[in-house]
Amino acid sequence: MTFLQLFWSFFQIGLFSFGGGYAALPLIQAQVVEHHHWLTMAQLTDLTTISQMTPGPIAINASTFVGMQIAGPLGAVAATAGCVLPSCLIVSLLAWIYRRWQKVTAIQGALDGLRPAIVALIAGAGLDMLLTALWGEGGFVPAFPDPVALVLFLAAFIVLRRWKPDPVMVMLGAGVIGMAAYLLLGADCT
Amino acid sequence: MSANSNPSLCLKLFTSTFYLSAFTFGGGYVIVPLMRRRFVDDLRWIEEKEMLDLTAIAQSAPGPIAVNAAILLGWRVAGPLGALVAILGTVLPPFLILSVVSLFYAAFRSNPIVAALLKGMQSGVAAVIASVVVDMAGGILAQKRLLPTLIMAGAFLVTLLCDINVVWIILVCAVVGILAAFWRQARDKKEGTV
Repeated sequence: MTFLQLFWSFFQIGLFSFGGGYAALPLIQAQVVEHHHWLTMAQLTDLTTISQMTPGPIAINASTFVGMQIAGPLGAVAATAGCVLPSCLIVSLLAWIYRRWQKVTAIQGALDGLRPAIVALIAGAGLDMLLTALWGEGGFVPAFPDPVALVLFLAAFIVLRRWKPDPVMVMLGAGVIGMAAYLLLGADCT
Repeated sequence: MSANSNPSLCLKLFTSTFYLSAFTFGGGYVIVPLMRRRFVDDLRWIEEKEMLDLTAIAQSAPGPIAVNAAILLGWRVAGPLGALVAILGTVLPPFLILSVVSLFYAAFRSNPIVAALLKGMQSGVAAVIASVVVDMAGGILAQKRLLPTLIMAGAFLVTLLCDINVVWIILVCAVVGILAAFWRQARDKKEGTV
């Protein structure tokens, strides 16, 4: 049952994530955090961080990680297979359509409508991550946010915008500075 | 080159996709140019123009771009078996690495020092995504077209305020895009005849 759920969840993630990069993130959040509660938002943020530092698409990383956490190696296989299967079917279909008609109004129109939507959905997932970093699991509450997280976020954002460094370096920098600050303040992060 | 599936070709396909996938950080937009260098320039298995078509299809299809490109490439070089081999080569490196990470995650996460490091990195990754969104949204706004701007704003409000499955947002926006494309086509045709 769990294997089937894993397969089906990641099948949907593979089927509806258009555009590569972070496009899968809002779908992973919807399935894994909100629908099945397999991970918390903080764990999904950890997973995104790990994905940035390891090779491979975030959707494949997520399916392996979640499958493994929920149901061991076979779960990882079920989730990853589910994630890849829609690609196999649709890529073959599209290749056939392209060969026959070259330029297809419907596909181009769909992508034209999808691109701005994907940006909005990634923004939504990113916002949830930020709120989790600032106020902990559950997101925004009317209280002053974690000051270390707030300063780290603003500093990292400014550094990224001004100097366009490698994002992995920015994350590692935020991690090391954050670690020093949290340990000095005696905060419990576990 | 015809679709054949001789073992040495498949082995080379596997080692090539495995190597590219294992050492490429940063997803589809990075791996596709590297695939081009390997399969067009080094191995000369396919031609430049075909690689461009292949990239366009990989980017229009849903799912990870690296996986989509591998399927097309494998199929082109060695048929269905080639596609399967290329998928395995592309998926195995992240699969193995994340399996190991997953095994140690719980132990790592409960260590106070690692937990503090990951907590700091959460703010960093939130900033990385915020920066990506600023770039992507800037690209949409720079088109100075009404419909994409409206779709972006509308989809953001809906995902923020409504408890709705993101799949519906994606489907509705795809349909709106298709209808708008056909409407533009009909309008242009009409203007052309007048």
